[in-house]
Amino acid sequence: MTTIKLDKFCLVAAIAALLALIFPLSGVDPESGKQIAFVSDISGIAVAMALCVIAGAAFTWLGVGHIQYAAIILVVAVFGCWQAIAALYDYGIAGHAGTGFWLFILSLWAFVWRGIDVVARYRSLEMAKQQSANILVPIAFGVWLLFLWEVIVAGFGVPQVLLPAPSAIGLRFISSTDILAADFQQTFIKAVISGYVIGCGSAFIVAIAVDRVPFLKRGLLPLGNMVSALPIIGVAPIMVMWFGFDWQSKAAVIVIMTFFPMLVNTVTGLNAAGALEKDLMATYASGYWSTLFRLRLPAAMPFVFNALKINSTLALIGAIVAEFFGTPIVGMGFRISTEVGRMNVDMVWAEIALAALAGTAFYGAVAYVERKATSWHPSFRVRRH
Amino acid sequence: MTLKAVVNNVAQMPASADAVVDIQKLSLTFQTADGPVYALSDVDLKIERGEFVSFIGPSGCGKTTLLRVIADLEKATGGDISINGVSPQEARENRAYGYVFQAPALLPWRSIERNVTLPLEIMEISREERIKRGHEALKLVELNGFEKKFPWQLSGGMQQRASIARALSFDADLLLMDEPFGALDEIVRDHLNEQLLKLWARTNKTVAFVTHSIPEAVYLSTKIVVMSPRPGRIIDVIKTDFPKDRGLDIRETPEFLEVAHRVREGLRAGHSYDE
Ligand SMILES: Nc1ncnc2c1ncn2[C@@H]1O[C@H](COP(=O)(O)OP(=O)(O)OP(=O)(O)O)[C@@H](O)[C@H]1O
Ligand SMILES: [Mg+2]
Repeated sequence: MTTIKLDKFCLVAAIAALLALIFPLSGVDPESGKQIAFVSDISGIAVAMALCVIAGAAFTWLGVGHIQYAAIILVVAVFGCWQAIAALYDYGIAGHAGTGFWLFILSLWAFVWRGIDVVARYRSLEMAKQQSANILVPIAFGVWLLFLWEVIVAGFGVPQVLLPAPSAIGLRFISSTDILAADFQQTFIKAVISGYVIGCGSAFIVAIAVDRVPFLKRGLLPLGNMVSALPIIGVAPIMVMWFGFDWQSKAAVIVIMTFFPMLVNTVTGLNAAGALEKDLMATYASGYWSTLFRLRLPAAMPFVFNALKINSTLALIGAIVAEFFGTPIVGMGFRISTEVGRMNVDMVWAEIALAALAGTAFYGAVAYVERKATSWHPSFRVRRH
Repeated sequence: MTLKAVVNNVAQMPASADAVVDIQKLSLTFQTADGPVYALSDVDLKIERGEFVSFIGPSGCGKTTLLRVIADLEKATGGDISINGVSPQEARENRAYGYVFQAPALLPWRSIERNVTLPLEIMEISREERIKRGHEALKLVELNGFEKKFPWQLSGGMQQRASIARALSFDADLLLMDEPFGALDEIVRDHLNEQLLKLWARTNKTVAFVTHSIPEAVYLSTKIVVMSPRPGRIIDVIKTDFPKDRGLDIRETPEFLEVAHRVREGLRAGHSYDE
């Protein structure tokens, strides 16, 4: 081979790390007028930068063709991230990061990007290996984003009120688990779950009834769209007046929000079975209920699960927002609105993190059931030949 | 009624009394946005118990439509039709026939076994009996061993065979088959032709069978109905009298070739209306 293809990401990483060694690591202390820290004083970050230069240079030539190479790159990057954090907090660079520091972060970015890219494209016939690669990608990406957030907030010295660092949020999360647990219990376990079950369940049953009335079927979609467009901030106070301050009024808001997506999707799904399949059932003189359970409901399942997934997100948002309009002194939405008022922004963020976790887990659970229940559907069976 | 009695009836009584399918002056017009489509016009046809009737004709001549009218999936716009002496709707509600569609129409969420036993399930037949009959039907189309597979894991031809097994599973006296072997390779097709013929000879079922293949029509049938398009009508009905236990080798006999020739002539004549 005469032409060598250079790996651009590794090249960027190597050059950025090299420049990081040259440029000043931090700004100057406004009082003494001296630079706060030098690369040469912090052996950890110096070693990390040097490693980045070496690894970057090596893989620029070698290319990152193997998963093993990607692993090496990612290990180097993880070590670099650790040293960057240490430099920020242990050597006083927080709030005074300089060009050198950001160049180093750029270098790490290039490595992580390339590494994740290779892992994401990894294909193995061994289920275990493939699955761990599949899991690693989103986790690595998430961790990288958290790291970037931490570094930017600490490096630029962003005030806590504007945006706390993830570490601060994490600490707050751990130190106030009892409050968070109580809020979770109130908002998620009581309001969200009951509202979701009642909303989706009743819509499902109503959909089956509506399906037998042609004019309702046609009039439903515009009505559903209209109700979906209702602002919850208008509905929530009314529900509080009707059902009181406790979780019941939040559940009612959720019922209103989830009802129509479920209704419209189920009605659409009930008509998803093909004409041929309906003819088939007709040749067996299959009755209404028999056809419903053996053909139309199974065919509707992808639509039903679609609504269940949409609603899992809507329900949580609804409950949190509804709590802004009156609630006993517990609940995720209540906590957010009061802690914002007291400038306890890290608590607000801890609640947001809790909501994100709960929402993701909820959605994930529904998606998992969907996968099991509709594994026959073309969108799931592609990989399983 | 025993089998023998049925056969005797055919011989003694006036034809219409024991006709499985009796069609008189049947016509069907589809009203479409581009004006009416005359799918069938002035069709007269009688199918006796135990007959094997093939329908052959160019694409779009109304073969599927005719079968669908018999199956009460389509309503005729004119003429009379009775199945087993009653209206198609009653016949359908009595589960008088098994229908094999032009496409497999397997339900993707059911395994092959559960697809094949679907009609038995609807007819509320016990589980053991369902499994037993499902196995038998799958064996007949040589799909045993694929019970637990799902439709998308089977080739198109295998899916079509599964759909045939499904129609056979509940043992209706009348089989309506719309190009059941159209998607199969020549060897499998020959084999299934033989199997179907054996089944028919053994059980005295009545079969209405749509095909595009002249040899298939001649080999299988006791009666070949040649149709022509626009509007769909019957232009020739050819009776054959090959022995019931005929083998594939009769396809080389002069009698066979003669019938095949007549079918071909009929098809040609039908086509000439196009030009
Ligand atoms: N539902 C329908 N609405 C309108 N026209 C139809 C409908 N079904 C069939 N036709 C028309 O009726 C005619 C006969 O169709 P049919 O499906 O019976 O043909 P066929 O003989 O089975 O053809 P092929 O051999 O291609 O299956 C065609 O011209 C077709 O366009
Ligand atoms: Mg057809």
